[in-house]
Amino acid sequence: MSTRHILLGLLEAGPSHGYDLKRRHDERFPQARPLAYGQVYTTLQRLVRDGLAEIEGTDADGGPERTLYRSTGAGARELARWAGEIAPPAPFVANEIFAKVVVSILAGGDPAAYLRAQQDAHKARMRELTAVKTDPGADLATVLSADYALNHLDADLRWMNTTAARLTTLTAEVDTA
Amino acid sequence: MNHRGDTMTDDGGSPAPLLAGRGLVKAHGRTPALRGASIALGAGEILAVTGPSGSGKSTLLHLLAGIVRPDEGSVTYAGQRLDRLPEQRLTELRRTDFGVVFQFGQLIPELTAVDNVGLPLLLAGASRAEARRRAGEWLERFGVRGQEELRPGELSGGQAQRVALARALVTGPEVVFADEPTGALDSLAGEQVMTALARTAREAGTAVLLITHDAQVAAYADREVRLSDGLVLPAEVAA
Repeated sequence: MSTRHILLGLLEAGPSHGYDLKRRHDERFPQARPLAYGQVYTTLQRLVRDGLAEIEGTDADGGPERTLYRSTGAGARELARWAGEIAPPAPFVANEIFAKVVVSILAGGDPAAYLRAQQDAHKARMRELTAVKTDPGADLATVLSADYALNHLDADLRWMNTTAARLTTLTAEVDTA
Repeated sequence: MNHRGDTMTDDGGSPAPLLAGRGLVKAHGRTPALRGASIALGAGEILAVTGPSGSGKSTLLHLLAGIVRPDEGSVTYAGQRLDRLPEQRLTELRRTDFGVVFQFGQLIPELTAVDNVGLPLLLAGASRAEARRRAGEWLERFGVRGQEELRPGELSGGQAQRVALARALVTGPEVVFADEPTGALDSLAGEQVMTALARTAREAGTAVLLITHDAQVAAYADREVRLSDGLVLPAEVAA
């Protein structure tokens, strides 16, 4: 995830200071890890260094003085470029679950038991995410973010089902290779 | 919500489940569907039963809902043996205590949405005006507004299924049996149906036995068991 582009996007709404950007980020992406203040300020400094943002001034507002940042024309162009860029379809080939199944076969372990336990863990996480999105107070951003994770976990589960059903063949293949 | 999950622990000291099947055996002709399945549903609990098609999920639902009697084993509901009740009492109990939703809502095509939902109330002796008033409230809870006077054929699949849910819940049942309730819907309509079912059941403290082969649907439940070779896994410790 590109923190710099997300901050640039939030700055498009108007000048803002670091604390406010962090708060809006965490609201807008409720399922994402909250941004650390340090990360926000470091990123803002780099955006200024690269000419994508600039300092608008300072704002005291009765409290400590805070620096206001705004996006530049170059920042807006960079944001448009990034937002329209195709995210690479993830290859998903080097996945940890598959590696564990193969290693378990090599080591004479119980890959079927591992897969069952992994499926249970996936399902437990899916119930948690579903509870989050079914909460009457959940906004659409929360629902969509949970759906994204749910669909990926569901894909893992379906892959694990197929793999569990084909362990005998896989074991023969791994053992003779 | 207060009696979810925690009533279902395997410690033997937990309260008796609301609905339990023990050692259920059922064959269709010579094909065994269930081979000693045991399952327990707590009051207010949403329990998903998953498993591949043909694993006996629907047969289990029919036995637990008292629609079909087991070849062997027992079904206990609120302390009474369902499998031993005379047919007439069973029919009455199904009407007062159980609600059922199938993959295809099985609404009555000649009746409007509001009359479909009100039908169980009429059967229970409510006046037509009262049945329509309460049915209208339930349709509103399920987000079916402005379509009260439409017939099932004029509703979308998702709307029809929400009407079917309203009909299953309108009498305030203790248990709703849902057999692949989203099986015929696209994913967005399915999500709306499941959200409506889960929220409403939790608010009303209604237990739900949810049959599904879809992990995303099962995730609406508090707990999941799966059917494999006619048995329920993980096996429950008999209470």
